[in-house]
Amino acid sequence: MASEARVRLRPAHEAIGVLPAMKAVFLRDLKTAFRQHQDLLNPLLFFVMVVSLFPLGVSPEVSFLQQAGSGILWVAALLSVLLSLDHLFRHDFDDGTLEQLVLQPQPLFLLVLAKTLAHWVLTGLPLVLLAPLLGVMVHLDGNSIAVLCLTLLIGTPVLSLIGAIGAALTLGLRSAGVLLSLLIIPLYIPVLIFGTGTVAAAADGASVGGYMALLGAFLVLALTLAPFAAAAALRISLSNS
Amino acid sequence: MWQFFHKLGSPKWFFGIANRLMPWLLWGGAVLLLAGLVWGLAFAPKDYLQGNSYRIIFIHVPSAFLAQSVYIMMAVAAVVTLVWRMKLADVFVKAAAPVGAVLTFLALFTGAVWGKPTWGTWWIWDARLTSMLILLFLYFGVIALGAAISDEKSSARAVAVLVLVGVVNIPIIKYSVEWWNTLHQPATFKLTEKPSMPIEMWLPLLLSVLGLYLIFGWFACLRMQTEILTRERRTRWVKELVQAEGN
Amino acid sequence: MAFDSLTAFIVMEGHGPYVWTCYGVFFLLLGALVYWSLLQRRRVVSAQRRDLARAAAGQSAAPRAAVGASFNRVHESQD
Repeated sequence: MASEARVRLRPAHEAIGVLPAMKAVFLRDLKTAFRQHQDLLNPLLFFVMVVSLFPLGVSPEVSFLQQAGSGILWVAALLSVLLSLDHLFRHDFDDGTLEQLVLQPQPLFLLVLAKTLAHWVLTGLPLVLLAPLLGVMVHLDGNSIAVLCLTLLIGTPVLSLIGAIGAALTLGLRSAGVLLSLLIIPLYIPVLIFGTGTVAAAADGASVGGYMALLGAFLVLALTLAPFAAAAALRISLSNS
Repeated sequence: MWQFFHKLGSPKWFFGIANRLMPWLLWGGAVLLLAGLVWGLAFAPKDYLQGNSYRIIFIHVPSAFLAQSVYIMMAVAAVVTLVWRMKLADVFVKAAAPVGAVLTFLALFTGAVWGKPTWGTWWIWDARLTSMLILLFLYFGVIALGAAISDEKSSARAVAVLVLVGVVNIPIIKYSVEWWNTLHQPATFKLTEKPSMPIEMWLPLLLSVLGLYLIFGWFACLRMQTEILTRERRTRWVKELVQAEGN
Repeated sequence: MAFDSLTAFIVMEGHGPYVWTCYGVFFLLLGALVYWSLLQRRRVVSAQRRDLARAAAGQSAAPRAAVGASFNRVHESQD
C-alpha cells in the first residue's frame, strides 16, 4: 500500500523511460491482438480473396496474370491494410486506454510509433509472408516474387504509418471506415506506383537498386513525419469526444 | 507588424475589410477574365499544331493554376491554424475548399474535352491529368472530413492536419505520377507545353489567370463572411449586422 | 480578329463543340458556385434574424431560443 503510493508520487521524469514505454505499448498491442485471432486473420483472408477475384473477373490467362500480377498483389495488400486501420486506435479509444496513453509523460508520437509498428507486425508482415504464395498463383517468376516481397516489406510500413494519421483523424466519427479510405487512398498512390514500378523494372531485367532506394526514402520520410501528424490528430480527436 | 497580425485575426475587422474589398475583387476579376477570354477566343492566332482547340487553354490553365495554388494557400492557413490558433485561418480553409474542388474539376473536365480533338480520346492517363485527379481526391477528403466533425474547433484543427499531410504529399505524388507516366507511355505530346508561346497567346492567358485569381478572392471573402456570421452569431456586432443586412 | 465571320468563329474549323462545351461548363459551374455561396449567405442571415426575433418576442422564451439556435446550426451547411 505504502509502496504503491510512493510510486504514484514520483515526479514525471522518474517514470519509466521512453524505450521501455514504447516496448510496453508494442507488446501490449501484440498481446491483445493475439487474443482475438479472427481480427488478425481477416485482413489476410481479404487479401487472398481480392487477389483471387482478378483471375475470375478479368482473365485467367497466364500472360495477363504475369503482367498484372504485381499490381494486383499490391492493390490487394493496400486495401487490406486500409481495412485493418480502423482497429489501430478503435479498441483503445472505446475502453479509454488511449486517454491514458495521451496523458503519459513520454512523448505521444513515440508511443503512436510503437502502436503503428505493432499494427505493421500484425497486418503488413503477414501480408509480405503470404505474398510469395499468391505470387506463384498469378504466375510471377521467382525473381519478380522476390522483388515484390522486398517492395512489400519496405512499402507496407509506409502504408501503416500514413494510415495511422487517417485512423487518428477519423477516430470516434460515424462512418469512419469509408471516410478513412477517402482520406488515405490519395496519399497511398506514390507508394503503389513505386512498389509496382519496381517489380515491372525487375521483370524487364533493369536494376532495381534506385527504385528500392526511393521506396526506402518514402519509409524514412513516413517514419519521421507520420507519427507527429498522427499524434497531433489523436489529441484533436480526443479533445473532440 | 504583430499588431497588424492580431488585427487580421479579428473576425470583425476582417468582415469590414472584406466588405470594402469585395466589389473590387468581383468587378476587377470579371473584367480581366472576360477580357482575357474574349481576346483568347476571338483574337489570338490559331495554334499551328492543334488548331483552334487550343483555345481551351485560356480556361484550362487558369483553373489548374488556381486549383493548385488554392491548396497551397489552404496549407499556409493550416499552419497558421495549428500554430497560432487564429480563427480566420481555419475559416479560410473551410471557405476555400469547395471552390478549390470546383476549380480542380474544371481543370480536369476541360483537359478531358481538350484531349478529344488532340489525342482522339476523352481520357488519357497523362501525368498532368492524373495528378489533377489525385488533387481532386485530396480536396474531397478535406471537405468530407470537415463535414464529418461537428465540433467547430476540432473540425478546423483536424482539417488543418489533413491539409498539411496532403501538401507534403503533393510534390511526391506529382513526381511519382510523372515518373510512372514516362514508364508507361513515352512521348505522347503534352497539352500545355509549348516550346515558345507567342506573346499574343500568353498575354490573354495571363489576363485570365489574374482575373480568376481575383474572382477566387471574392469567393473566399464571401464564403468566409458567411462562415463568420455562423460562428460569431452570439456576438453583439453580428447581431447588429444581421439586423441591418436583412433590411 | 482570328476569324473571318461569325460562323467561322462558332464552328472553329470543327473544334467548336469542344471549345464551346468547355467555356459553357466553366461559366455554368462558376455561376452555380456564385449562386450557392450567395444562397448560403442569405440563409444564414435569415435564420439568425428569425432567432433574434424569437429571442426578442418574450423573456420566458429566452432559454428556448438558445436551444433553437443550436438546432438551426445543424440545418445550415457548415462547409
